[in-house]
Amino acid sequence: MGRFNANIALAGNPNSGLTTLYNQMTDGLQHQGIFSTPRNKTKEGPVKNHRGVNVIELPGMYSLSEYTVDDMSNREVLLRGKPDVIINIVDATNFERNLYLTLQLMELDIPMVLALNMMDEVYSNDMDIDIEKLSEILTIPVLPISAAKNRGIHDLIHYALEAAESKQVPTDIDFCKGHVHTAIHSISHILEEPARTAGLPLRFCATKIVEGDRPILKDLKLDDDDMSIINDIIRDMEHHMGTDREAAMADMRYSFVEDVCAKVVTRAVHTTIQHDRAIKIDRILTHRVFAIPIFLCIMIFIFWLTFGSLGRWLSDWLSVGVQWVIGKIGEGLITAGASNEVYSLVINGVCAGVGSVISFLPIIAVLFFCLSILEDSGYMPRVAFVMDKLLEKIGLSGRSIVPMLIGFGCSVPAIMATRSLPSKRDRHLTITLIPFMSCSAKLPLYAMITAAFFPHNGTLVMAGLYFTGIFVSIICALLFNRTLFKGDPVPFVMVLPPYRVPAAKSVALRVWENVRGFIKKAFTVIFIATIVIWFLQSFSPGLTMVSNPSNSILAAIGKFVSPVFAPLGFGDWRAATALITGLSAKEAVVSTMAVLTKATSGMTLSQMLSQMFTPLSAYCFLTFCLLYMPCVATLATVRREMGGWKYAFGTVIFQTGVAWIVSFIIFRIGGLFI
Amino acid sequence: MKLNELKKGKKGIIESVSGRGALRRRLLDLGLTPNTEVTVRKVAPLGDPIEISLRGYELTIRKDEASVVKVREVI
Repeated sequence: MGRFNANIALAGNPNSGLTTLYNQMTDGLQHQGIFSTPRNKTKEGPVKNHRGVNVIELPGMYSLSEYTVDDMSNREVLLRGKPDVIINIVDATNFERNLYLTLQLMELDIPMVLALNMMDEVYSNDMDIDIEKLSEILTIPVLPISAAKNRGIHDLIHYALEAAESKQVPTDIDFCKGHVHTAIHSISHILEEPARTAGLPLRFCATKIVEGDRPILKDLKLDDDDMSIINDIIRDMEHHMGTDREAAMADMRYSFVEDVCAKVVTRAVHTTIQHDRAIKIDRILTHRVFAIPIFLCIMIFIFWLTFGSLGRWLSDWLSVGVQWVIGKIGEGLITAGASNEVYSLVINGVCAGVGSVISFLPIIAVLFFCLSILEDSGYMPRVAFVMDKLLEKIGLSGRSIVPMLIGFGCSVPAIMATRSLPSKRDRHLTITLIPFMSCSAKLPLYAMITAAFFPHNGTLVMAGLYFTGIFVSIICALLFNRTLFKGDPVPFVMVLPPYRVPAAKSVALRVWENVRGFIKKAFTVIFIATIVIWFLQSFSPGLTMVSNPSNSILAAIGKFVSPVFAPLGFGDWRAATALITGLSAKEAVVSTMAVLTKATSGMTLSQMLSQMFTPLSAYCFLTFCLLYMPCVATLATVRREMGGWKYAFGTVIFQTGVAWIVSFIIFRIGGLFI
Repeated sequence: MKLNELKKGKKGIIESVSGRGALRRRLLDLGLTPNTEVTVRKVAPLGDPIEISLRGYELTIRKDEASVVKVREVI
């Protein structure tokens, strides 16, 4: 075949092997392409060994209905993006539900090839699918493949490109009988002109109009006469069928699919090995009593791996490397005779900034390694099933639990993990709540203050803080549910896929994708913020370099804003200054306090602390730190995931406001008792 | 009876799906159409949602949402 430029769209049910097939067809990475917009999450990349051929992976869908954001954006890509060919990937072990989508894709007037995935599992179950007969019924090429084992993919691409070149579109098949058939037929006649004007496929328009699809109705701009005729036809159909339009169409499609199954699928037994295995595993993992303890154990293990053993080991080695490089750079600067300003800029500004970006990488890598395994094995939907009840009360679904729990480790990967949530509303609400989960970077601060003020009740104070965070997030969720994030929650109707062994390649790619994404999108922001903080810390308002940090611009700002914190019990400017440096990283609050204390008095930190705070105001200070604006890495991630700086700034103002109010309440109520 | 009233381990045949909007559309798209056989497999540890199986696969659905599905119990 000669050189041929084509865009292949990859469409199918969730868990049918979309990503695995995409990874096999390409180098697995996501590339910037014509179909990618911030709104849709399509993955796009060049096909290996076929120059000029691109493949777009559409997020998994069950239907081309109008109701979910993902389904709609998929529809947009297919209708407006006009790919040259669709590869519809079908899980051959779950034929019925998958073919329901196939029938709808075939109406789009786009050349199409059916990829029957997991055929190896079909054969191992003593099942068979008559591929020739299926191809004959559907009028499109049908290719058996195994995406996981990289079988049949070469042929699949070949057939897809052939279909694209010949522009052979699927024939309209009559899946409807009787009155529905008549209705579609009559409506097709009316829609011929409007569909052509709107540039939409006629058959698709006709069936969608019968279903009562609103966006299509709007696009077609029908006049009143046509509308009234169509309404009459529908009313007539509903009357004869004894059911409404939506149910009638779904019923027709599924009846046809059942018919096809009866013709092409032969099976010895009713279930499959995979299905039986899933049921057996579920007996333990979603057990009435053991399910929640097992889930908690898995999360604790992941935390241990990320923040305790493997992740810490990686961080330590990385920081040894980073320190070594910084040391070399420092030596180089001194031998080159660099001025004080330059030395400080490079070492305390640039290197610190790069170092802080790097410090996140082991956490992100290890965490996403674990999460990919949970996701690809099929355990994640079970978690949602088990934990749903808890989150339903605050207007979320069980799917938000894992990102929220990760928030106790670090908000950055937690916010990145919300990408697996199905609706924008759930995603945004979860992102808003995550920073209230007390992250591990705040621990040094808690440790310092509790050691100084609550040496005997340290655990209690810590627990109090964690629960305050959870409590505040619940209140905020309840508040937002009725206001900001009003929209309908997406129904929690979720398929539980069979368990599968995760593919090493897709896990590795997911880890790499997340690490790369974080570096690409967050690097500049974190870097600039670190340099700005360095500048504010190192220079006086007169722009000369300061040796005593209490003369810096930052200290001046601290002195300026400190009255704001006086009603909370900690009006000291050093506390305010430390809070501002917390923007670059929460650990910085502790180090700033130490530096400022040393610079302004001869006292040790704990002596100084007891002058700055009473136990009550110390507790309020901790509460404030728990809740106030997140660090710049988190803000950069919020911006990236929610799609705009306005969300990041909104987060800063909202959280700082909440922190102030909660601390104020604690200080006032506490003051009554002490 | 409603799908959420079907006891664990029991089978039913779907009679109709009421309700409207996104939920109904989703249920129909997933194959909860009239005359389809469903089995209630499990109830989540906290009492909600439930796990049902139909057309050879498993689905989880909240009791509240399952209440729009009318079924006839098969004995």
